[in-house]
Amino acid sequence: MENSISKEKICQPENLVYSKTPLMTCNPLSYCPGCGHGTAHRMIMEVIEELNMQAETIGVAPVGCSVLAYDFLDIDMQQAAHGRAPAVATGIKRLMPNKLVFTYQGDGDLAAIGTGETLHACNRGENICIFFVNNGIYGMTGGQMAPTTLPNMKTSTSPFGRDAASTGQPLKITELVAMLPGTSYVTRQSVHTPANVRKTKKAIEKAFQCQLEKKGLAFVEIVSNCNSGWKMTPLDSNKWMEENMFPFFPLGDIKVPK
Amino acid sequence: MAKVKGEIVINTERCKGCQLCVPVCQQHTIAMSKNLNSKGYQYATVVNDDCNGCTNCALICPDGVISVYRIKLQETN
Amino acid sequence: MKEIRLMKGNEAIAEGAIRAGCDGYFGYPITPQSEVLEYLMENRPEERTGMFVLQAESEIASIHMVYGGAACGKRVMTSSSSPGISLMQEGISFMAGTELPCLLLNVVRGGPGLGTIQPSQSDYFQAVKGGGHGDYKMIVLAPASVQEMYDFAKLGFELAFKYRIQVMILSDGAIGQMMEKVVLDEQLPRITDEEIKKKYPWATTGKTPDRERNIITSLDLDPVRQEKINIHLQEKFKKIAENEVRLEKLMCDDAEYLFVAYGSSARVCQKAMQLGRDKGIKVGLLRPITLFPFPYEEIKRLSSQVKGIQCVEMSAGQMIEDVKLGANGKVPVEHFGRLGGIIPAPDEVLNVLIKNFIKN
Repeated sequence: MENSISKEKICQPENLVYSKTPLMTCNPLSYCPGCGHGTAHRMIMEVIEELNMQAETIGVAPVGCSVLAYDFLDIDMQQAAHGRAPAVATGIKRLMPNKLVFTYQGDGDLAAIGTGETLHACNRGENICIFFVNNGIYGMTGGQMAPTTLPNMKTSTSPFGRDAASTGQPLKITELVAMLPGTSYVTRQSVHTPANVRKTKKAIEKAFQCQLEKKGLAFVEIVSNCNSGWKMTPLDSNKWMEENMFPFFPLGDIKVPK
Repeated sequence: MAKVKGEIVINTERCKGCQLCVPVCQQHTIAMSKNLNSKGYQYATVVNDDCNGCTNCALICPDGVISVYRIKLQETN
Repeated sequence: MKEIRLMKGNEAIAEGAIRAGCDGYFGYPITPQSEVLEYLMENRPEERTGMFVLQAESEIASIHMVYGGAACGKRVMTSSSSPGISLMQEGISFMAGTELPCLLLNVVRGGPGLGTIQPSQSDYFQAVKGGGHGDYKMIVLAPASVQEMYDFAKLGFELAFKYRIQVMILSDGAIGQMMEKVVLDEQLPRITDEEIKKKYPWATTGKTPDRERNIITSLDLDPVRQEKINIHLQEKFKKIAENEVRLEKLMCDDAEYLFVAYGSSARVCQKAMQLGRDKGIKVGLLRPITLFPFPYEEIKRLSSQVKGIQCVEMSAGQMIEDVKLGANGKVPVEHFGRLGGIIPAPDEVLNVLIKNFIKN
C-alpha cells in the first residue's frame, strides 16, 4: 500500500523534515569532500536560525581553511588576522554588547598563533562563543604540523612523525581554558556521525544560551577530520579519528554552566 | 500502528562524492552513482524505496545537499 | 567661557577622545604613554559618555580589538609607543586592507629595539611610508603642543571616518609627558547605533532583511579584483594628498633660510629661528602638521625663495627624504638630528644652519 504513494506526493513542503538552513548561502563550500567544516557551519547556522538571531549576530572568521566562512554564512561577518579572532570578537562584543558574537577557529589559529588571545579572552570571561575545529593539522597551507598534531603523526613538516620530545605533546587547550573562571561552558564534540552531529548542535545551542544569559565565554571544540591532510578517504579519516584522536581528545562536556 | 515513509532529494550537482551518507543509512537506500556530476564527482544516489526519513544522511552531509521528506502512513490491514 | 586645564600631552589626548565622542579604547601600558590608559581608567568615561575602556593583554590584542569595534562603525582608538606600535603593524595593515577608520597614537621613543624611553622621531618611516605589509598609507598628524594632542583626537576621528582610513597621531615622549594649558571643548555626543546604520552602511551591525550581509575582509584571492581594491586604495590616498595637507609657517615671507621640522623638533626650531632673527639672519620655519599627506607643494614653493633648507629631526634623517622630494634639487637640503632620546638645543640647531649655509 505505502509503496504506491508517489515520490512527488511525499516530496511536498509540508512533509519536509530536513534541509539546509537558509542561513547558509547558496555558495558551494570550498572545503574538501567529507570535511567536517561544512557540517559544523551548518549546525551553528541552524541554531542561529532557531534562535531567530540572524539580524543580531556578528561572526568572526579566522585564517585557515575557514577563512572564507563568510562566503557561506548569511550573517554579518568580520575576517580576523591569524589567531586574533578572540580579540576581534572582544572589540565587537564590548562595543555592541547586545549582539550575539562568535568566533570560528581552527587549531593552528586558536591553539598556536592565537594562544594568547584565546586564553585572555577566556580568562576575562568575554561574553562570546568560540567554536574551535580541531583536526590536528594545518589544512589550508597543505598539511603541516599543528599544536594538536598527535605524537608520531606524519605531516608535511613532521614527515617522519611528530617527535614529541622535540616539538612537545599535543596542546589540550580546551582542558586549559576549562580551568579558567571566565569560561562558563567548555565541551568537546564531533560531527562524524549523525548522533554526534545532533550532540554538537545541542552544545552550540547551550553555548549561545550562555552568551544570551551573560554567563561568560562558551567554548565548543569540535574534533574533526582532515582527510586531505591526513591523506585518507573521508570514511577512513573518520574511523582514524575515532581510533586515534578521541583517546587523546575525549568527547564530552568538560565544564558545564552553573 | 503508524508507519513512516521517507524520501530524500539529493542535489547531485553539489554532491562531492565523500560517501559519508552511505554507511549512516540503516535502510541501505543510498549508494554512489557510477556517473559523474559536472564537477567530476561520483554523486550519491537513491537505490531503493526503503527510506524512513531518519535524516541521518542529511545531517552527516558536509555540503548540505540532501533534503529529507517524511509522511506518516496508516496501517491498513 | 572656555574651560582651561593644565594637562600632560597624554592626558590631553585621552580627554580629547572622550569629548570627541570616542566609543572605545583598547590599549596596553608602555612608557612614555601609559598615562593615556591611566587617565581613561581614572576618569570613568563609561559613566561620563558610555565610552568603553579595556586594558588588553598585548598591543597585538589591542589593535585587533580596535579592528572588531571599528568594523561595527564605532569610534575606536588605541595608543602605544614605538615597540608596541611595531607589534600593532599586523592589525594596522588589516585595517588598511578593510578600510576601517580608527585613531592610533604613537608616543615615539628611541629605538631600535627596546631603545630608550626618551623622546625620539625615529618612527617617521614606519608611520608615513606604510609600516605594515602591503601598499597603504595612513593619515599622520604630528602635534607640537599639548593643545594639539587634545585637538587632534577630534580631528583624527573626523578624518578617519571621512576617508575610512587609519589616522595616526605621531607624537613623541616630550609632547606626551610635558604639561601645558589646554582649552577644552564641549562634550560631543557619541554616535548612536541607528546613526551608524545610516551613516556607515558597510558596518557589521547585524544582517537585516533589507540588506545583504556585510563582510569585513582584506582577503580577495582573485588577482584582478585584488588589483582593483589596491587601485581604489591608491585613489583614496591621492585624494587625501590633494585635500588634507596641513602645515604651519612662521616668518617664511621674507625668509632666506628655512627650518623644516615637526613635533618637538619644530618647537626647538621655533626658538632657534628667534635666536637667528636676533642675529639678523632671515630664517623661517615650516612645520608639517600632516606627515602624510606631506606638504610637498609648499616646500617646492619655498625652494625657489630660500637659499638653504635645514631639516631638524630627532632621527638619523627620515623626513628629510620627503623634503628633498619637495625641493627637487632646487636648493640645498641638510639634515641635523640627535639620536637615542636626545632633544637638540636651539643654539645647537642654529649653529648647524649657520655652518651649513652661511659661513661657507
